[in-house]
Amino acid sequence: MTAGANRETVTPSSLRLVLTLAIAGLISGIAIIGIYESTLPTITANKARELREAVFKVLPGVSQMQALVYRDGELVVVEEAKKDEPVVYGGYDDSREFVGYAVPAAGPGFQDTIAILYGYQPAQKLVVGMEVLESRETPGLGDKIYKDAEFVGGFSALSIDPEIVAVKKGTSSNANEIDAITGATISSKAIVRIINETHTAWSGKLPAPGSEPSIKASEPTSAEGGQ
Amino acid sequence: MKQRDPDLLLFHAPLLRQGMTTPKAMRDVLLALAPATLASMWFFGLSAVLILASCIGGAVAAEWLFADRQARGESLRDASCVLTGLLLGLTLPPGLPLWMAFLGGFIGIALGKVIWGGLGQNLFNPALLGRAFLLATFPIAMTTWVPAVTDGGFLQVYPGNLALPFMQVQIDAMSSATPLGLMKFEQEVTPLTNLMFGKTTGSLGETSGLLLLLGGVFLWLRRDLDWRIPVSILVTVVVFSAILGLFDADRFPSPLFSVFSGGLLLGAIYMATDPVTSPVTPKGAWIFGIGTGVLVMLIRVFGGLPEGVMYAILLMNAATPLIDRYTQPRVFGRGGDSQ
Amino acid sequence: MKNNQSYEEFIKGVWRDNPVFAQVLGMCPMLAVTNSAVNAVAMGMATFFVLVGSSFLVSSFRNWIPKQVRISCFIIIIATFVTIADYTLLALVPKVHKELGAFIPLIVANCLILGRQEAFASRYPTRLAVMDAVGMATGFLLALFSLGAVREILGDGALFGVKLFGANFEPWVIMILPPGGFLTLGVILLFFNWFKFKKDEFLEDVAEAERSGH
Repeated sequence: MTAGANRETVTPSSLRLVLTLAIAGLISGIAIIGIYESTLPTITANKARELREAVFKVLPGVSQMQALVYRDGELVVVEEAKKDEPVVYGGYDDSREFVGYAVPAAGPGFQDTIAILYGYQPAQKLVVGMEVLESRETPGLGDKIYKDAEFVGGFSALSIDPEIVAVKKGTSSNANEIDAITGATISSKAIVRIINETHTAWSGKLPAPGSEPSIKASEPTSAEGGQ
Repeated sequence: MKQRDPDLLLFHAPLLRQGMTTPKAMRDVLLALAPATLASMWFFGLSAVLILASCIGGAVAAEWLFADRQARGESLRDASCVLTGLLLGLTLPPGLPLWMAFLGGFIGIALGKVIWGGLGQNLFNPALLGRAFLLATFPIAMTTWVPAVTDGGFLQVYPGNLALPFMQVQIDAMSSATPLGLMKFEQEVTPLTNLMFGKTTGSLGETSGLLLLLGGVFLWLRRDLDWRIPVSILVTVVVFSAILGLFDADRFPSPLFSVFSGGLLLGAIYMATDPVTSPVTPKGAWIFGIGTGVLVMLIRVFGGLPEGVMYAILLMNAATPLIDRYTQPRVFGRGGDSQ
Repeated sequence: MKNNQSYEEFIKGVWRDNPVFAQVLGMCPMLAVTNSAVNAVAMGMATFFVLVGSSFLVSSFRNWIPKQVRISCFIIIIATFVTIADYTLLALVPKVHKELGAFIPLIVANCLILGRQEAFASRYPTRLAVMDAVGMATGFLLALFSLGAVREILGDGALFGVKLFGANFEPWVIMILPPGGFLTLGVILLFFNWFKFKKDEFLEDVAEAERSGH
């Protein structure tokens, strides 16, 4: 069992092989737990900050938010939504007045699933903002759904009653019509479809305008989860 | 490997010459394309001349740059790179910036031909490879179509042509849709006479169906092309769209519209028949043609793009070695299967 | 003499035996994450960290690791470093981490890293092993960067996100798509080999001239 010279010729006992691997695994495990524990707070904070920024972006005038889920026939405030549970974020202004919902939505685009967050104002049935969270649309064409300021800006006051319609560039005239991007019609229509479908899915679950759950914590909630 | 002594230059067989040579066949094809080329200049004015010249310039530059120093004149003499440049140019939109056209010609020869080992070694049609590169690289510029010259006459140049190298096309309000685009996205049918004589929006060479057919007949009479390929492609497209028409005549294009719209005639007659990238056996030629026709219709009708001739031919190019292998005639004097 | 040898181990990885241009290893991250210079450099640094760290450990423990379980031990060591790199990037630069996606965990499967452990680190003293790892990782980083820079300049008209050509630049979309990776790598390999070929030819000519001169 001397190291070095005999290493190549003598077959070590199975015990030694097992022990070597066990020790290596143990040290590795400790190292991984260490790095996980030390980075977890930063990672969680990053995620929460990202979400807050997105919510504040799609709901102008909002300074506080909380996560809301639909359970047992009503919208309840939660600290953290369960995995795979549909969630919306209620946005409130400085005087704790309800402003609107930020709704995460996802659906198929031209290449892959597009994940977005849109702001919805139930009183006037308006979409007030849209932010693309994840997309793999074609660079140069489909990625204009988040790079084209004109398209993104088109969602700042868009009526969703009965539903949004994407029309050829320059021909939008009604309050519920938005100009599709030239050369990225499929991607622009995908965004509109995702919003319409998610809106329909939530429409029965959101309470009547005026009776939204009021904000619980005065501190900004660090909502997370609900990917 | 190095042969610097001119007395020791080796030539490979065949040493006996027949009437038909590569340069001669290439010149025939260039001649057959002349009417369609002139027509493109008639419709698109000076822009057509500039685009075609840029493509040919790019192709010749690549051929010259990558050729062996001793054989430079030799590889240029057969004019095949000129033909590649011309064919590529005819598939481009008339408003394309000239630097893109030059780049397309260069890439077509560099990646489509030289890198495979030169003329006769390439798997894909160089002109179509250049076009595929341009379409993937500059998707907007390559799908911005301008209508044929209406006023201003021959000397008018589309503003897009003159974009500085690496700079964008300023998309002008003049852009309009091709007949296939209109059909696919707006359900609007272009009259057939316009398609035949060329009064449509489209790339330089795909506007006039009749002149392209004329060149095809000339090539067939000169025995420069395998007639099976264009015939089988066109017949397949006609049959395919006739069958679709049985289901819903309003939604799907009519057979004649399918044949005369887009780049089908240009592709079927001049590109699919490239002897290097199409099967050599008669049976193989039929398979190749039918496959191309089916792919064209599948892409046009069910795909995301309005036009599918380029991808159809490139895909069948890739299948050509396989087709050739399975359609070899039985070797005489041997029993059973030749394989 | 000793310094010479470590320099030798370093420089061979950077140039002569460059893991990408000469050995054509690690193609998966090479093609997948080089669509911008930032991504390429982040990937290169992560790989640098993993390779140097694991080479150091493998070489230090080379006399304790029985040969029968060496591959498993190497993988455990590499995987640990990869996990550390993964969490660190996620905490420090979440945006880059999102772009690199699955390719950070996949460093563990990069044949360059396991290859260096098996071929070099497990046989040589620690100092040489670390020099070799630093050289190889630098070579890999340079290769990733050159690919990422070319692709970002052509595909986006920018380098490290700084626009180089003004607003009117026409991006070569294909360059930031997967085919652009293959095209750029092919062209760079072409130049690398052409350069080598020219150098050999030159050396041959010099040798010939010397022979005929005497």
